[in-house]
Order: sequence, then C-alpha cells, then structure tokens
Amino acid sequence: MTTGEAMVQQQEFNVPGTNGVSPAPEQPRKSEKAKTVPAPLVEVENVSLFYGEKQALREINMNIPRKKATAFIGPSGCGKSTLLRCFNRLNDLVDGCRIEGNISINRKSIFDPDVDITDLRKRVGMVFQKSNPFPKSIYENVAYGARIAGVNKKSVLDNIVEKNLKRAALWNEVSDRLNDSAMGLSGGQQQRLCIARAIAVEPDVLLMDEPCSALDPIATAKIEDLITELKEKFTIVIVTHNMQQASRVSDYTAFMYIGDIVEFDTTEKIFLNPAKKHTEDYVSGKFG
Amino acid sequence: MPRLWKPGDAYVWISGLALMVTLVMIGGLLFLIATKGLGSLWPVDIGRYTLTDGSTYLGQLQGRESVRGAHGVKSESEFRVKLKIGNRDLYGLDFKWIDEADIASIDYPRDAVILERHEWGNYHGFLKEIRKNGQIIPGGDPQAFSVLKDLVRDANKIHDEILKIEKGEIGDVNYGIEKQRLKLRGLSMRGEDNPAKEAEARLKIEQYEARYKISEAELGKLYTELTRNEVVMLSAAGDEKVMPLGKIVMAFRPNDMGFAQKAGFYVERFWGFIVDEPREANTEGGIFPAIFGTVLMVFIMSIVVMPFGILAALYLREYAKQGLMVRIVRICVNNLAGVPSIVFGVFGVGFFLYGIGGIIDSVFFKEALPNPTFGTGGILWASLTLALLTVPVVIVATEEGLASVPRNIREGSLALGATKFETTWKVVIPSALPAILTGLILAIARATGEVAPLMITGVVKLAPDLPIDGHFPFLHLERKFMHLGFHIYDLGFQSPNAEAAKPMVFMTAFLLILIVVILNITAIIIRNRLRKKYATSAV
Repeated sequence: MTTGEAMVQQQEFNVPGTNGVSPAPEQPRKSEKAKTVPAPLVEVENVSLFYGEKQALREINMNIPRKKATAFIGPSGCGKSTLLRCFNRLNDLVDGCRIEGNISINRKSIFDPDVDITDLRKRVGMVFQKSNPFPKSIYENVAYGARIAGVNKKSVLDNIVEKNLKRAALWNEVSDRLNDSAMGLSGGQQQRLCIARAIAVEPDVLLMDEPCSALDPIATAKIEDLITELKEKFTIVIVTHNMQQASRVSDYTAFMYIGDIVEFDTTEKIFLNPAKKHTEDYVSGKFG
Repeated sequence: MPRLWKPGDAYVWISGLALMVTLVMIGGLLFLIATKGLGSLWPVDIGRYTLTDGSTYLGQLQGRESVRGAHGVKSESEFRVKLKIGNRDLYGLDFKWIDEADIASIDYPRDAVILERHEWGNYHGFLKEIRKNGQIIPGGDPQAFSVLKDLVRDANKIHDEILKIEKGEIGDVNYGIEKQRLKLRGLSMRGEDNPAKEAEARLKIEQYEARYKISEAELGKLYTELTRNEVVMLSAAGDEKVMPLGKIVMAFRPNDMGFAQKAGFYVERFWGFIVDEPREANTEGGIFPAIFGTVLMVFIMSIVVMPFGILAALYLREYAKQGLMVRIVRICVNNLAGVPSIVFGVFGVGFFLYGIGGIIDSVFFKEALPNPTFGTGGILWASLTLALLTVPVVIVATEEGLASVPRNIREGSLALGATKFETTWKVVIPSALPAILTGLILAIARATGEVAPLMITGVVKLAPDLPIDGHFPFLHLERKFMHLGFHIYDLGFQSPNAEAAKPMVFMTAFLLILIVVILNITAIIIRNRLRKKYATSAV
C-alpha cells in the first residue's frame, strides 16, 4: 500500500447521505454517529443520463467504498441497472445515450479521452441478469478474457481456469468436464461460470446486475455465499430486486427512485432505521 | 356453420389436407423417378415373340398400353406392347410396338444372349460360334458361353489399356506439344530472335513426336488384338452376324439367371453407371463426368459464396448504420434472389467470359489467341455465376443468424474487455454458424439444380477431359464440364435415340436428386454438430 492510499484511507469519508438535489436535503443527522468507510473506489459526481430526450438518471452523487458490497435497490425502471452500466461504459453501445457529469475509478475519470474502453472493461467486470455463457466449452469460457488479453500459453491458461473456477465454487462440479459445452450446465452453474469468467480478468470492481433473478432459491443461496467471499478481494456493486438479498449480502445499500438516489447508507441503517419515510415505505413493502 | 369454424377444427383439416397433398406429390415424384430409373437396369427376361405374319423378334418387354380409341390406330387388339428388340444395325430401331393380337406365341429360350456393344446398342440373338485364335468353338458347346464371357473380359482389359495410353501417354504428348507450340508462337509474337530457345522448343516437339510414334504403334497392336477374335451370332430370324470381340462390352443371358444372379448383375451395372464414361451420344454407358462436374462446381461455388455472403451480411448487420440506405440494400438483396437464373447466366457471359476472361486471355494467354482460354465457358465462370445467383440466399440466412445471437452474449464479451471485432469473430459468428450453414444448404440445393445459366457459361454435352487431371496445375478451371442437370436435358430432348435415352433420363434425374440429398445431409450433419457445440443457452 502506498502512503498516498494509506492517507486516503485514514481520511475516513463520511457516508454520503442523499445527493444534493433529491428530496429533503435537511436530514436528521443527530441520531447517527459519524460513520466511517474505507476510501471510495468509484466516485460518481453529478451524473445525469439521457436516452434521447428522456432523462434516466438525475445528477447522481455517490462514493462506492473499496472491497465492500454495495447494493442498489429500488422499483423497476428507477435507473439501478443504468447507473451500474455507466461504470463499465456499456451504455456507450446504446444509440442516443448521453451522459453528463463524471465517474472516477481509482481517482481516474473513466470518460477521459485517453481511457482505453477495453482496458476499462477489463478493470470493471460484469455479471448479467440472465446468465450468458459463450457457446464454447467451460474451459474456453473462463479462459476467454485471458485469451483476449493475449495469453495463449496452455499452462498459464490452465492455472487461470482452475483458480477462478475454484473461486467461483464451481471447480468441484465441473473439473471432470472442462471441455464440455457450457450450455450443458444448470442455470445456477452457468451464472457461477459467468462470475468465474468475470473475475478471471482480475477486475477491481465487479458489477452484478440482478445475478439471481432467474435462479431458484438454492442456486441463489450459493451465489450469495460466493458474493460474501468475493468481497474480500473485489469491490462489488450489485443491483437487486430482492430486498432480503440486499440485506444479506451487502454492506451498503442505495435506495433509488425514478433516477434519483433517495438514500445511501449502511445496509443496517437502511433496513432498520432509514432516514427517509420513502425508504422505509419501500423496504417495509408498502409500495414497489 | 359458425360452430364448425369457431373451434378451428376445419382449419386443422384444411391445413392437414394441404400438407398431405404436398407430401403425396413429392412422394409420387420420387417414386416415379426411382422406379422408372432404377428399374431400367434390371435384366428383364428376353422373350421370343413369334408374330402371326411369321416374323420373330427377341425382345425385352418394356411396357404395355391400351390402344382402344387411339387416334389413327386401326387395330383389333386392345393393348400393344413395347419391346426392346436391340439389333439397331438390322432393324434400324431398338424398340418396337407390337399389337397383342398379332402375337402368335411367346417363349423364353434359356440360351438367348444379350450383347452390350460399343456401337449400335444391344444385340439380341443366339450364339452360333466363337472364333478364338483361328479355332472354332460351336455355340452348342456347353462351355461356349463362359468362353465368350472370358474373351469379353479380356477385350475389356485391352480397352482399358488403350484408354490408359490415350489419356495418359498421348495426353501428355499432346499437352507437351501444345505447350511448346505456344512457346514458339510467343517468341515470334514478341519478335524475339532467340534461336537457342526456338531450337530447344523444336527439339522437344520432335521428341514428343517420337514418343507419339511409339504409343501409336502400341495402340495399333492393341487395336488389331481387339479384332483377332470374333463371335458369330444368329438373330431371331436367323440372320448371321459376325462381330469382333473388341466391339462387345458385356454378354449375358437373362433367361438363364436366377434372382440372386440378376441382383448381382444389377448392382454391377448400377456401379458401372456411376463410374463409367458415357458412350454413344450419352445414351449408353455411365455418367461419371457429369457427377464429377456437378460436385466440383458446387464445391467451387461454395468456396466462393461463403466468404462473400458472410462478410456482406456481417457488414450489413453489425457495422452498417441501420437506416434507409441499409433497408434499401436489404430489399435489393432479397430481390436479387428472385431474379430468373438465365439473367445471371447472361450476366456471367457478358461479365465473366467476355469481360474478365477476355482480359485474362489478352494478358496471360496471348499465345493461344485467337483460341480463347478463359474467354470462353468454363467451370470457373459457371461456378462464379452460380455463386452470384446464390449469394443473396447466404446473405439473408447469415443476417438472420447474426440477428438471433442474443444481445447479452455480445455484452458479456464486451464487458470482458473484448473489442467489437473480437466479439464478432470469437462469439457472434460461432453462435450464428448453424444459421450460416442453413444458408449454405439452401444455396447448394439451388445451385445443384440450376441448369439454364450453366448452358451458356460452360456446360457441354460431352467434355473430353475432367477439370482435374495429372497435368500441372491439376485443377483446370478454364475447362468445360458436364453437369447432371444439363445431361438430363440433353438426353431427354437432344438425343438421337429417344426411346433408349428415356431410362437414362430417369436414372440421371434420380442420381441428381441423390447428390442434392447427399450434399444436403452432409451439411446438415455438420450443422447439427455445430449446433450441439454452440447451442445458445436453454436456461
């Protein structure tokens, strides 16, 4: 750890409550003791996003802490996934999508002209809502990122594949059929394979877009255990519809509503003692 | 009435009926072609038909039809039969219609012989005697027929040898002389005064001519060998006919064969039909060059059409900005698939033969002019014309395949830091491969059956050389070739002997269908393998 980083860590950021524009800027801070969080890895400053004329995100500000799991919750269409897809600039693919404001990862703006987008995406991995293994063998799926990066040595690839399948808790189930098609795996296995594939490129941040929404409870439990383990090593941002899931796996939770962040705090606080009535209504199931 | 329509039962019946009609038509077509074609090779028993006017014929029954009420037929009988009587040299025609009322008696003599000949079609008759090395074996001898068969086999071996010399040694000599001749011509055309080179070429020509003399002598010897032994036959009416054994391809006695023997004979003939070259204006012998030409042409076409079609579809679907222009291009591509094939043929003649072929000739084959090399029909131009004809099919199928690759698979690849190019080549195209191969299957099916554009871009009735042989560069793309589809047309409508060609038409049609099926099944097997390998997620 460099001294600079250490200093950043000691600086101890205040948890950003809500962003400046969204509801009720005056918040009862007196009940909180000063929360300390590690240095942020992802800093979002005044990000607004437009699909053509339609505004999908409204001046979002937030700092996502390092090596923690942060969950985005909120009703459908509130912009959770859109915000997530800003972090690896996957929104660039959408026609007519325009972003204002700035996002920095490791203090470096991802919109800088000198940022190589493929390089950015190697540092910001992503797991999708619907498992999307490539129509290749299990081995080739995990080795894909390394091959893209130009690694072709068999022994190196073997190591990468084994290490990451183990990290994704899939190794024991597939070690004897690495060359079978990934399409033969069950839904939960496919999703863990996608996680293995994403972490095989050793990203700083792992984005997860409702990774369990298409899975049964047992497969979901496995993935949740996995997330708990992975956050030791990676910064995880997870979008979820399932509030129990958010409370189980995440350290911080942001509640979003129609393009705004209503409240962003520790998961415990959001679920047990939210500052906003709106948040309380949502997490207690009164709407949404 | 509304009760009948509302539950939809009537729709089910109607759609079922429509499907049934289609199936019956396809089944009927295949059945007709298969029976008429495959049946023609079966060694039908040969009957001795004695007519009321005293004349006799040895013939194989080929058909029977009603003549009652037929125009201009004055006959007491209700039916007439069609006999294959052979002996075209005696009767003028191989086939004869006989009214059943005119037949006095029919019997099936066991010793009736059919000789398949190199010329004049089949001979039906009885063995009188064999003249072997000046020795006479009478036809009544129990061994006579097997001696005849042995002699025919020997004669066939000599024919094979002759063919080997003609195609091999003499082919080489001709090829060499032509090459040297062109070299000399090239020298004089360029106005080069190079006596050394000239002398060298002339010397080589002389050497070739010497080689030719040797082969010629050898050939002469073999030809006399063919006429040394003779067979004397008697026709049904008792006319004697002396034939050198070299003229005979095959001798058999259908009435003396059991079912197993006939089946074996059938298989042998069927094989011969596939691997032999045609004889007698294509009405006899096999169709190997046509099969070879068809398959080779389809291969060349596939090799050309696949990359073009796939790349064009890739650009249209993945890279081009979707808008009015792309929509117009897409409509044009779809319409191109509906343009009559002869139009492509005309384009092929104008663009490939005269345009590109003419340029190639004037640059690389100046010496051979005014004889065109590439400036005339050939297998390359025919394949390219067909590739042009089928490229829309491949483009449309590939585009559909690309469109069906789920967006989240592309995003998965991009999210791992792959560029668009890497994503396309490593993930999208493999996923779309089954659909791309479906396009190829459709293209092959269309190209194999196409005749019209080929007739003007390189197909001929009889091609002396296959497009692949032992002379460098082994694959001769400028050569004309034979094609099954054109062969059917040629046999059916251009043949001097329509009756004899009829079974060949059906056989050829049957084989053409068989080849389309084989090519398609091969492609389907490959596609299914890929589909298993690249199946898109079922979850």
